[in-house]
Amino acid sequence: MTTVTLAGAEVDLRRRLKVLASQEALLAIAVIGLAIAVGLYNPRFLAARNLSDVLLGNAYIAVAAVGMSMVIISGNIDISVGALIGVLATISGTLAVNGAPIVVAWLAALVVGILVMALQGVIIAYLRIPAIVVTLGMLSILKGGLISVTGGKWITDLPDSFHLADIELLGVLPFPVFLMILATILAALWMRYSASGRAIYAVGGNAEAARLCGISQPRTIVMVFALHGLFAGAAALLYATQLRVIQSTVPPNLELTIITASVVGGVSILGGVGTVVGSTLAAVLIAEIASALVFIDVSPYWIRAVQGVLILVTVIADILRRRRMAGA
Amino acid sequence: MTTDLHSETPATPLLSVRTVEKSFPGVRALSGVSFDAVRGEVHALLGENGAGKSTLIKIVSGVFPPDRGEVLVDGKPVDLARPDDARRAGIATIYQELLLFPELTVAENIFMGHAPRANLRRIDWRAMHEKTNALLASLEIHDLQADRVVGSLSVGNRQRVEILRALSQDARILIMDEPTAALTEYDVTRLFDIVRKLKARGVAVIYISHRLDEIFAIADRVTVLRDGAHVATKRVADTDAAELVQLMVGRRIESLFPKIAVSIGKPVLEVKDLERRPLTRSVSLTVRAGEIVGLAGLVGSGRSELAQTIFGVTPADNGEIRITGQKVDIRSPAQARSLGVAYVPEDRGTQGLVRPMTVRENFSLAALGKVAFGGFIDRGAERKLAGDGVRRFAVKASSIEQIAGKLSGGNQQKIVLGKWLANAPKLLILDEPTRGIDVGAKAEIHRLMGELAAQGLAILMISSELPEVLGMSDRVLVMREGRIVAEFSREEATQESIGAAMMGSHENAEEAA
Repeated sequence: MTTVTLAGAEVDLRRRLKVLASQEALLAIAVIGLAIAVGLYNPRFLAARNLSDVLLGNAYIAVAAVGMSMVIISGNIDISVGALIGVLATISGTLAVNGAPIVVAWLAALVVGILVMALQGVIIAYLRIPAIVVTLGMLSILKGGLISVTGGKWITDLPDSFHLADIELLGVLPFPVFLMILATILAALWMRYSASGRAIYAVGGNAEAARLCGISQPRTIVMVFALHGLFAGAAALLYATQLRVIQSTVPPNLELTIITASVVGGVSILGGVGTVVGSTLAAVLIAEIASALVFIDVSPYWIRAVQGVLILVTVIADILRRRRMAGA
Repeated sequence: MTTDLHSETPATPLLSVRTVEKSFPGVRALSGVSFDAVRGEVHALLGENGAGKSTLIKIVSGVFPPDRGEVLVDGKPVDLARPDDARRAGIATIYQELLLFPELTVAENIFMGHAPRANLRRIDWRAMHEKTNALLASLEIHDLQADRVVGSLSVGNRQRVEILRALSQDARILIMDEPTAALTEYDVTRLFDIVRKLKARGVAVIYISHRLDEIFAIADRVTVLRDGAHVATKRVADTDAAELVQLMVGRRIESLFPKIAVSIGKPVLEVKDLERRPLTRSVSLTVRAGEIVGLAGLVGSGRSELAQTIFGVTPADNGEIRITGQKVDIRSPAQARSLGVAYVPEDRGTQGLVRPMTVRENFSLAALGKVAFGGFIDRGAERKLAGDGVRRFAVKASSIEQIAGKLSGGNQQKIVLGKWLANAPKLLILDEPTRGIDVGAKAEIHRLMGELAAQGLAILMISSELPEVLGMSDRVLVMREGRIVAEFSREEATQESIGAAMMGSHENAEEAA
């Protein structure tokens, strides 16, 4: 009848060791360690200006990765998000240029993001079409639609008040960084403490068991995608407002960078495991590596290869961990 | 393919298995089983679920090697390390789940892996079709064409394709694992015709079936296994159904099961004429507060399907369910849960546990409503719920934060059971509650079931282990082919009577008892 058998102190120590070995801690150590190492080689890397540029320019990736992480934890994937960010940025910018109230322009990105993603969620959950196929279709529709409608023209003459990214809170904290931190914390709390968040882990970890526990798998998936759409909308606003113009394209393979952040952040590609804190740290790490390459005189084109290595290492580690668990 | 077709004295058996032993972690699947089959013989293998039939045929088919003992073909030891070795030794196995390529044609399926070749190692399509037609003709199968796509065939015809496939590889020993399980009566007749033809050609057929009437119809000899041991080999002509049932179930009196006598209360679950085709047919039953009702039957008799229909996983098409007297229409598990019904599924791995989650998270999964307020989980309440569960069910875990997938099978099962009880249900449906777990954990779960019944919970227990059914149940229902075919009180129930009802030879066995 003995149950929790380990002595209190031992449990405590183990838990502490476990926290240190977690993906989040490893990433945090990597982010700081890399900064110090590159800083020693080239002190200019540590200049406030550079560090802030790295965060500012990539905060939108971290925000989108928060939603992506939820989608992957639920056992799905979304490859349309990069194209969607481009479309939402264009919609928002077009409204702003044409005299719509700025708040409306901002809200439009969020609302359309939610709607498009929720629609994909409905198709995936209720028609039971694999997410990779549905989002691949949406990727083409959005990309093709965007270039056809805009004719590839850039949006210029955006009103000054449109530029969210220019806002500095308390005069020091740039809004994109603030939003990245806020989105991560809110999503982390929600995933950890809400019943709906728990449902996402359950559906991704074992859909059948979740169903037998009375958790609706379709409803959970639609909810996850709708939230993902909200984060994609927020990411689009940061992306749209950090430059003076909106190009009717997005960085090539943006969705892959976002997925990389999630996976390297410890989100299991098989579903059921991961945290949004991890994915944000990974997004920061990837941005930091890209910048570091410049400062150590390595061609920035290597960043793709580095991302590839990071993905393979984390996924292999995840699969090995799972296999060990299944064998126990 | 000639000579001593009807020889009764086996000179050298075609296949001979000698004192084979096989263990899996925690289970002794076979302990010194010997068995042989001669040319032109149909030798039936009989035994309860878990008796060791599958392990035995997997050893003979080269799926895994035995720990000890040997397999001889034509009196010579053969090393069956891989399925391919068995094929080369002339052994072919037709599993219950047919292993065919549905998008390919009959001829392609038959010759998959050993297609006739022309020069340049091209596949010789003409020869392949000719050979296929010759095979079809040799078994007098006229309603099957070589170029039909297998996916469009009936189950019976697909099975014939598998048999032809075995013959195309010159199989002399053909193992058939419950070949009639999914067949219509007509297809069964045709299968028997084919088996007789194979027999006449000198093929040894090892025939596994739960259906006694089939064994009497087709087999020459029958070997009974029980708990991984060889019990008897009899000539079919010298035995009868009652004897076989008794050999199968044995007389194991076990005092492992501490059934506490409790007073039985009002009906909690009343089911009337419940229908959900194909495996729930006009089922009526009642389970009362404090009562444990055992639901016996063979695998495939529709027990789990009935449970899932009651639980709303596959809602009923017709019929009536009452929970504590209230008529209800259960359309989803969530609804069943809110009505106080709990279902602990058979397959812990795929249906019960979320393996990457912690013990705490698994415990609260079915009772999130109890620990979540305004959509947010109260960690304190959740920890308490999980802690209580761990203590009550004596789960051996380092802490409630341990990942559930890392625990032993017995402890996982306790969590699956425990998470449902966190919801304080009125009716608990247990599907094979102790399958695959060690004796200690088993006793623990039985003790808990007794306690829960004593607290007034109504329990419907599906079990394929007759000793468990007999030990735990106040009443026993027996299912066969989607119907409840017999009911026994605790006093009336014996292994023989339940076994006979399961097998469909009720009358015979009652005479014998």
